[in-house]
Amino acid sequence: MVSLKQVMEDDIACKEWFLPGNACCAGCGLEIALRWAMKALGKHVAMVTPASCLNVVIGLWPKTAPDFPQFNMAFAAGAATASGIDAAFKAKAYKFPGKGWDKMVSMTFAGDGGTTDIGIQGLSGAAERDSDIIYVCYDNEAYMNTGIQRSSSTPHGAVTTTTPFGKERFKKNLPAIVAAHDVPYVATCSVSHPLDIYEKFKKAKDIKGFRYIHIFAPCPPGWGYPSEDTIQISKLAVDTGFWPLYEIDHGKFNLSKPSKKCLDPSKRENIIEYLRAQKRFNQISEEAINYWQENIEKTWKEIKIELEIQENYNE
Amino acid sequence: MIVPELKEFIQNRETKIIKGNVSAAYAAKSAKVQVISAYPITPQTTVVEKLSEFVDGGLMPGTQYIMVESEHSVLASLVGASMAGTRTFTATSGQGLFYMYEMVHWAAGVRLPIVMAIASRGPAPPWNIWADFTDVISCRDTGWLSAFCATHQEIYDEILMSYKVCEDYDVLLPKFVAYGGFILSHTSKPVIIEEQEKVDSFLPPLPDEKGWPHIWVDPERPLMHGNLIMPAGFYSEFRMKIHDAIIKSKEKIKKVAREFEQVFGRSYGNGLIQEYKMDDADVAILNYGDLALQMEEAVDQVREEGFKVGMVKLRHFRPFPTEDIVEVAKKVKVLGVVDRATAFGSQTGGPVSCEVKCALHDTKGTASILPIMNGLGGREVSLEEQKEQLKILVKFNETGELPKDMIHDTFWSGILEVE
Amino acid sequence: MVDKEKWKKINKSRGERPKIQEYKCWEELSPIPISLPIDGAIGITGDWRTFRPIIDQENCNHCGFCWLYCPEGVISKNKDGSFTIDYVYCKGCGICARECPTKNIEMVREDELEK
Repeated sequence: MVSLKQVMEDDIACKEWFLPGNACCAGCGLEIALRWAMKALGKHVAMVTPASCLNVVIGLWPKTAPDFPQFNMAFAAGAATASGIDAAFKAKAYKFPGKGWDKMVSMTFAGDGGTTDIGIQGLSGAAERDSDIIYVCYDNEAYMNTGIQRSSSTPHGAVTTTTPFGKERFKKNLPAIVAAHDVPYVATCSVSHPLDIYEKFKKAKDIKGFRYIHIFAPCPPGWGYPSEDTIQISKLAVDTGFWPLYEIDHGKFNLSKPSKKCLDPSKRENIIEYLRAQKRFNQISEEAINYWQENIEKTWKEIKIELEIQENYNE
Repeated sequence: MIVPELKEFIQNRETKIIKGNVSAAYAAKSAKVQVISAYPITPQTTVVEKLSEFVDGGLMPGTQYIMVESEHSVLASLVGASMAGTRTFTATSGQGLFYMYEMVHWAAGVRLPIVMAIASRGPAPPWNIWADFTDVISCRDTGWLSAFCATHQEIYDEILMSYKVCEDYDVLLPKFVAYGGFILSHTSKPVIIEEQEKVDSFLPPLPDEKGWPHIWVDPERPLMHGNLIMPAGFYSEFRMKIHDAIIKSKEKIKKVAREFEQVFGRSYGNGLIQEYKMDDADVAILNYGDLALQMEEAVDQVREEGFKVGMVKLRHFRPFPTEDIVEVAKKVKVLGVVDRATAFGSQTGGPVSCEVKCALHDTKGTASILPIMNGLGGREVSLEEQKEQLKILVKFNETGELPKDMIHDTFWSGILEVE
Repeated sequence: MVDKEKWKKINKSRGERPKIQEYKCWEELSPIPISLPIDGAIGITGDWRTFRPIIDQENCNHCGFCWLYCPEGVISKNKDGSFTIDYVYCKGCGICARECPTKNIEMVREDELEK
């Protein structure tokens, strides 16, 4: 695990790639995610952003905040456009060898709406083709840019403008869906652990093929909590076991260090702490809270089984 | 993955008997396109199959072929590839074009010189896979140029000319090259495939490391494209520039057609329209697509009967050749305009006849327009039917009498009636 | 005077191209709208603040957590290991104060500062 001291010595990690003075809300989870992703990747990146908060927080023409090549794109076109840019890099690497075109990384930075709903066709296609891109989903669990409407990544019981009495259906498990495509790298991250984001992106940078990173990014206005609590809320999500941090590296499941303690149910924080801290769960029923607890227990049982299978298989 | 053995594109001049679709694939190969994105749809499928053979067979070294999962992704990936500074190509038809419609607007908005072959087919429902140009025409307002091909050779030639027009730094717009589904796409005719060196000398070079002049991916010169512009900002003016560029492309199309004739020896009128026996004609008919070719034979046969008829083949729908149409309409007393596409709710029901009427609005003492509709959904339009159309125009000119079965002021030729 | 070639300056290297493009009319515009990276893309976001974070430099142990967690990236490390906050763009979210392990960052009301 890389240390903060080590990171502070690195020039690329010390540069701010997403320039300050942009239109992100104070305390925005997305901004922390993007800041640390770019510190790991550096400048040889072309980023595609389908319609999302990121699309607009960069400012109005002729100014922009990202200090690297970035392209806004139509909502459903995130993964495909990144595939196209990657194809162009490969064509240019053939035509102009030795000029660094093979170092360029093509990536999509989409929200949960642009990934789990309208963008899922493109995502699945790109994953199946093993397209050489990094697909990042920053998950603030609703369509925040258009004013907090529910997406298929909104969890059970959350209030949004289109689910005013709490969402009935459950959160879509995108990392599992992408892992089913048999891609080289799938990882989950949270903004509460920026160095974990940094390490996972550094690893993803050197892998060839389709890489998927799903970052849990709380949203102060959307979730109903004071802006200073972004890190604490996302830390609770990890510590309660609701959002396990892991990576599936060429088929091998690795539980990340911050989530290892959740294997022991007594070490997990109480989920009610997490739910009470956010106004969007004000109307959550007892039944829903029970569902949450059962769901967390089920998730960790599955993780334990996976780890045991791996251990026994390796022997 | 077959490792390409060739390091360069090799193509000798040869005449092959090939389908229209294969002709389009050879044109993309001759143009040395760098990124192809493909999704199959009848009747375009052979284009992408043939290109697959070329790429995997090592005949197009360095070319990337992305097999996406939908047409929307086809154009999204080409927009991405083109923005990064490569020459791109794809093909689609009917429903596929409708599915990528959102990206059609986007590609024109980013002014990317993408060339797309369209094996035109009728829109569903009812389900139809045969020749009908409604699909391309329904994209008329998007900012894409569009051309119609009447012969197999023209498909190959028009795609080459299109790259030259579209990549001109004053134009920088995408283009459709359309031809009738099944009628041209699946029939075979001899087509001359030109020598690679000659094509290289005709076409502009592939984009260099810096990419296009107006958009690029370069970590040393980072830029961003696509952010918001408020109504009070320059949004309208940026959109106006697309209209300006497409109008100015008329001269470029004519210039490129002249250059093509000099290099390869084949001419297509002035590039925008092609006239046939118009010099002494009293009445004329305007046609586009493969029916224009058959109409030449109809004109010859009707002339033998003593009537002075002529034909104008419309080659480009966008930009619309207003000045050329005005000149043509001065020569004759009656101009029939034949559409093979619908524009529901418009004055005539046919898109080109409406545009012709609009073009002639400010001209006094010009030809009378008779809108004609035929061949929708790939319905066969026989030589006899076309001769009938010419005779109707002659009769209208001589006696002022219109055909009996006009529907909302348009003559729907070849309407089916069962005894 | 309309300068139709003005837009081509965006093609130049980072140091030579204009930071902010200025066009007078449609003929001067670049073919498509291209935006260039700049600080303060939306304006002086320091004006958003109600509370301002102030680091107690004497007691700060240089751990770097504030720099780690700041969403905006307005906290920078100095050569001596201490940290400085750029108040031009700091939005006053309060995360740095919340996460400081030694509680050495205080959120002070802007209007109280003037006193």
